[in-house]
Amino acid sequence: MELLHVKIPSWGDLQWWLPEAVLCCTFLLALLGDMLARGRRPVVAFAISVAGLLAAGALAIADTHAVAPAGGRAIMGDLMVVDGMAIFFRLLFVFGGLATVLFAWTSEEIMGHRRENKGEFFALTVLMTVAMMVMAEARNVLMLYLAMEGVGLTSYVMAGYMRTSLRSTEASLKYVIFGAVSSAIMLYGLSLLYGMTGSLQFSGIRAVLLGGGAEPFGILVAVVLILAGMSYKIAAVPFHFWCPDVYEGAPTPVAALFSVGPKAAGFALMIRFFYTTFAVGTNAAASNSLIQVINWPLLVSVISAVTMTFGNLVALRQTNVKRMLAYSSIAHVGYLLMGFVLLSEMGLAAILFYLLVYTLMNLGAFFFVVAVNNHLKSEQLEDYKGLGYRMPWAGVMMVVFLGSLTGVPPFAGFVGKLYLFTAVMDRQWFWLVIIAGLNSVISLYYYFRVARVMWLVRPDEGHDSPLRLSWLQYTVLACLAVPTLVLGLYFGAFKDLADAGIRTMAGG
Amino acid sequence: MNVGLPHFLTVSAVLFALGLFAVMSRRNTVAILMGVELMLNAANLNFVAFSRYVQRGIDGQLMAAFVIVLAAAEAAVALAIVLALYRNYGTVHADTAQSLKR
Repeated sequence: MELLHVKIPSWGDLQWWLPEAVLCCTFLLALLGDMLARGRRPVVAFAISVAGLLAAGALAIADTHAVAPAGGRAIMGDLMVVDGMAIFFRLLFVFGGLATVLFAWTSEEIMGHRRENKGEFFALTVLMTVAMMVMAEARNVLMLYLAMEGVGLTSYVMAGYMRTSLRSTEASLKYVIFGAVSSAIMLYGLSLLYGMTGSLQFSGIRAVLLGGGAEPFGILVAVVLILAGMSYKIAAVPFHFWCPDVYEGAPTPVAALFSVGPKAAGFALMIRFFYTTFAVGTNAAASNSLIQVINWPLLVSVISAVTMTFGNLVALRQTNVKRMLAYSSIAHVGYLLMGFVLLSEMGLAAILFYLLVYTLMNLGAFFFVVAVNNHLKSEQLEDYKGLGYRMPWAGVMMVVFLGSLTGVPPFAGFVGKLYLFTAVMDRQWFWLVIIAGLNSVISLYYYFRVARVMWLVRPDEGHDSPLRLSWLQYTVLACLAVPTLVLGLYFGAFKDLADAGIRTMAGG
Repeated sequence: MNVGLPHFLTVSAVLFALGLFAVMSRRNTVAILMGVELMLNAANLNFVAFSRYVQRGIDGQLMAAFVIVLAAAEAAVALAIVLALYRNYGTVHADTAQSLKR
């Protein structure tokens, strides 16, 4: 009798896991460096983190050519897998982590705060990046849970980074309580799934499900519990309560990372988990029957429609730009879930592409708020009056991000939305496309209200001095704004990358 | 009486329900965290029982061991946050933290 169903890992696998290994070392080095500098020179941790992220990014890019085989490469006895999708998300997370580290360096909230060990912030960002990458690679329930908790624990600490601030403490408290409860609910669902299938490996679970060896009602209960935990991670209605409060209370660079990183990682995890266990590309009939047990399309399409409508309607009433962006990120989860309705390759590839676009434009919009906050110490819309005239270059880039978030051509957001809409453009799901279209129109109002206040309203007398941004801030903003424009016109290469990611995703 | 899988599952379901009830009814953050521990341990009990009766391997027990470690890490982080709450607000009641707009 084979007791241990997990194969003993061999060190040879780890050569395909170098980016993550490098980042793990970077995290430890950054913490150590910060300690040796007695917490007074955050530049040490900052430099180590940037170097580590750059190295990991270079290794990840080098890997894209090396890792070709269908089904990907199993890491640590198939606990994880490095395949096309994992590579796509690796690059996305390293990019997001690097952008956050660089911009946080210029943020008054992070660097101006009176506390020691500011370098910890950069170390934690690196750690979160690793955990997110593992979320996209996990192929075993154990690894899935470990990675999710890894992202969760680091983000609770980062939300409460400003220890003496009431708002920051409240944000981290809400995050930790909602997070702990929803991950416990998910774990209970996972334990039921394990009980019904006798396997922790996604492929093993699928094999039992395909064989019809599981009670449909039991599967339904387990899936609903697991979906609850994952919906929390991506902040889909009805598990979104924490999202606006956490984003508003947490330091803005942290909120920027939360709004793209854990969300994208949550989607990566959902795609791999549900696609490789419940839908089987090679066996259409079987995959349909598996989905039918839980009426998957109806469940997800309702969540999607409610999430986008709720996010957009509440965003309309917000006067705090950061909070408005929080509700807008909820609405975007609704759009993203559209690609998940049919569990088709086309829809999943659309999600990947949209996540790339969303990372660029949402990070950009949040970083603009950081830059404004440095000068004005405010996130209220009324203080944004005439900002376009006070910081013209950044103002123009903000309009690019807002236009892309709305989804108007020629920005990247339009192309992303187009792919998501076509993924469900079937007679049966026409109503969902109509709701999504109406939602885009609603969102036009509140995104362009910000643009209007910035450019069409003149600044008050005495508050019209130009505001200066550092070259680092301009560089990072330009690195986000230029692709947002370019991807709206030349998206072929990146769409191919997303398509390849889903196509080569290991079948379990 | 023979103790079998159903007994374990019943105990774990009761534990899970009690934990969820504690989370939803308590105001004290420490009590809420205790409720979360109950829920995690309910899942652990499931994993161990299924590992013994269904899979007849040790995957589930392995899983439970990892969950115990993570629950400890989570408790450490959560209690640190509760401490910060106490320093800033002078209380550990969850509903006193209301500085963010509803």
